[in-house]
Amino acid sequence: MTTHQQLASPIAPTWCPGCGDFGIWTAFKDAAVQEGWDNTNTVMVAGIGCHGHINNFVKLSSFEGLHGRPLPVAAGIKMANHKLNVFVFTGDGDALAEGGNHFIHAARRNQNLTVILHDNAIYGLTTGQTSPRSPKGFKSKSTPQGNIEEPLQPLSLALTAGATWLARGYAGDIPGLMDLIIRANAHPGFAVIQVLQPCVTFNQVYTHIFFQRNMYRLSKDHDVTSKTAAYAKLLEWGEKQIPIGIFYQVREPTYEEQIKQLAKRTLVSAGAPKRDISRVLKKFI
Amino acid sequence: MRPFVFKIGGEAGFGIMSAGLTFSKIATRSGYSVFNYSEYPSLIRGGHNLMQVTISKAVARAPYQHTDFLVALNQETIDRHQSELAPASGIVFDSDKNLDLKGLRSGINKFSLPLNQIAREVGGSLLMRNTVALGASVALLGGDLAILKQLISEEFAKKSEQIVAENHKTAEAGYKAALTKYKKFVRPVLKPLSKVKPQIVLTGNDAVALGAIAAGMQFASIYPMTPTSNILAILAAYQEEFGYIYKQPEDEISAINMAIGAAYAGARAMTATAGGGFCLMTEGYGLSGITETPLVIIEGMRPGPATGLPTWTEQGDLQFVLRAHQSDFPRIVLAPGDIQECFEMTRQAFNLAEKYQTPVVVMIDKHLCEGFTSLAPFIGKDFQIERGKLVLKKQANYERYALARDGISLRSIPGLGNNVIANSDEHDTRGYSNEEIENRNSQMEKRMQKLVTCAREDMPAPKFYGHKDAAITIVSWGSNKGAILEALPNLKDVNFLQLDWLNPFPAQAVAKILGRARQILNIECNYSGQMRGWIAEQTGIKINHSFLKYDGRPMYPEEVVREVKKVLKR
Repeated sequence: MTTHQQLASPIAPTWCPGCGDFGIWTAFKDAAVQEGWDNTNTVMVAGIGCHGHINNFVKLSSFEGLHGRPLPVAAGIKMANHKLNVFVFTGDGDALAEGGNHFIHAARRNQNLTVILHDNAIYGLTTGQTSPRSPKGFKSKSTPQGNIEEPLQPLSLALTAGATWLARGYAGDIPGLMDLIIRANAHPGFAVIQVLQPCVTFNQVYTHIFFQRNMYRLSKDHDVTSKTAAYAKLLEWGEKQIPIGIFYQVREPTYEEQIKQLAKRTLVSAGAPKRDISRVLKKFI
Repeated sequence: MRPFVFKIGGEAGFGIMSAGLTFSKIATRSGYSVFNYSEYPSLIRGGHNLMQVTISKAVARAPYQHTDFLVALNQETIDRHQSELAPASGIVFDSDKNLDLKGLRSGINKFSLPLNQIAREVGGSLLMRNTVALGASVALLGGDLAILKQLISEEFAKKSEQIVAENHKTAEAGYKAALTKYKKFVRPVLKPLSKVKPQIVLTGNDAVALGAIAAGMQFASIYPMTPTSNILAILAAYQEEFGYIYKQPEDEISAINMAIGAAYAGARAMTATAGGGFCLMTEGYGLSGITETPLVIIEGMRPGPATGLPTWTEQGDLQFVLRAHQSDFPRIVLAPGDIQECFEMTRQAFNLAEKYQTPVVVMIDKHLCEGFTSLAPFIGKDFQIERGKLVLKKQANYERYALARDGISLRSIPGLGNNVIANSDEHDTRGYSNEEIENRNSQMEKRMQKLVTCAREDMPAPKFYGHKDAAITIVSWGSNKGAILEALPNLKDVNFLQLDWLNPFPAQAVAKILGRARQILNIECNYSGQMRGWIAEQTGIKINHSFLKYDGRPMYPEEVVREVKKVLKR
């Protein structure tokens, strides 16, 4: 059993008051308490950006790596010990700009990872530049004349690349987000939650009010097994047109399930064995 | 004794490399030592391929510039290599092809044989030309046809008996044709010796891969790049048998980060690349350093910058590997000088990485990666796996980066109940981000202390060959070792200092040896004398004579002899 007290780190959060990261942090800890995630079974991996600080604020084993690279680190952890719950905290700049290639290929691999994409559509930690999620026309320190590039849609991208579980949540809806985090982790395969996360300091477009006015829940009739239905819903974005919930969920063999070496045990549980290579050497004679 | 040099050349795609390897195994199975060197362009078909085999009753360690026996399967081979033919040497060529031999010097034996015709009529395909040539070469060099036929049987064991039989017939036909026409020219180069011990014939890439397997490597993520791609081919092939994972990642950035992730989770992990791939890995290199995650990196050098000469050799990455990444972190850098050392140092690298919880780079070059040598089969009993301060039980009040006099904290892994934090931000003893002055200083000093501990506990004295006192001391590193050791018996009054630990660096020992040297000749394959600079930085000794080579070709014994004589004349 995990308690909130056990998850309490000695470091107080350093996010701006009102930051969406607080909601994600709280939802994750609530999920951990409900599911019993602790240092015997769980690892948090983060990239660099405001999101990445989360590792300091939860007392769980964690790896804060380089900007854009949490997915490869998580991939290595998962292959070495596939019994661990591995959560990847990443941002829109982290996952879609610096780490875009990793994002595509991680989805393709269908590793059993849960990706929590803190999507604030801005670079917050570097004090406000346009990100791959910023809308067209967006004015920031890097685009004072307005952004002339189209924003990326991360869930459509992940769907195309081969992810098997896709959802969108909102940092202001802690119980809803907690539920998505639990479901994503329970899904065997590559699961992405795009979390709409207002940056109260640098993004005056995607605010709490903006999201609350324009979000709606996917209906119960939405067919989560249909790629076509998922694409159709993911095309929506704008006034009264931001669906949240689970877009896509199919069961495909995970990467780890297809590796024979992992059929009986984890790599790490085997230890680092000294091996007799004399049989292989015969082939070189 | 001057070794015998066999070369076979032809168009890429016609089995030149496999013929050269087969030829070298005929030699080893007859009791000789070999060193194979290949040249090829960055193409799959077309272009010129060459494999040369140095054959010696003693130990063969390097390719030579001269040629004693040349198999020329096309005109280009003749044009490129006829000037290398030594007096009384021989050249095998196709009698049907109207080849231009006008440039050939007198005194060279011409073996004109219908290679194409035999390949087509007996073997049923022009692709069998290399088999005909092998049969003829075995005949003219006094070899045992049965050994060639045995090698053919092994090579095609997985294919049909018919294919084996066709190849046998083709080799026999080449053998007979040569013997019938040129019996009095036969030289006993491959004559089986009375005592034949089993020898393995393998590349540096093979040796690195086998060293990793032997050392208990559990996870390798490697993106393909010449000259180290064959490491991944070996690792991929044996992963299910030995229970480790080889993963092909999307790029080198992912390769190093995956390996770091696996190592953090507790697996012995590695990656391998060439200089260009290492450019992409530099940020991960420092990540391994600050998170104190053990990692073995194989760095295979080729001439750069950028794409450079993709399939040729150089030693131009030394200063890059010593400096890559911003700021300071402890890096252990090793440079094997031959293929035996590739095996041993790779094994050792895994122990060092875990003991010091830091990246260990094994620097090799194309010449080591893809050159073959014959060796006694590797043994395992001289090696033990040492995992350093690895804690696999729950510890009370565990702190990942606790201060320690030797610089090495207890390392635990996730999933055991300990709170194991790896953090690329500067961090406190627990792993939480921390920017305070005292903490920064103590963590930086703790990390860097590891190099001091390593130098004290693990770094051996550099290797030294020859008499203590000599007119010239050669200093060199990496694959040049082979050519220098081949040259030494031909030189009076010369000794050789081989540097194989580059960081930490045995500065005192090197200063002592070079300090007493009468003349120093630095030999390396790069433009700027990168080792010369490193020696100066580490010891204060300035070296006046250098032979620097950056044409993509390996060091030849003939060049070493020439350069030593130049210094002596000055």
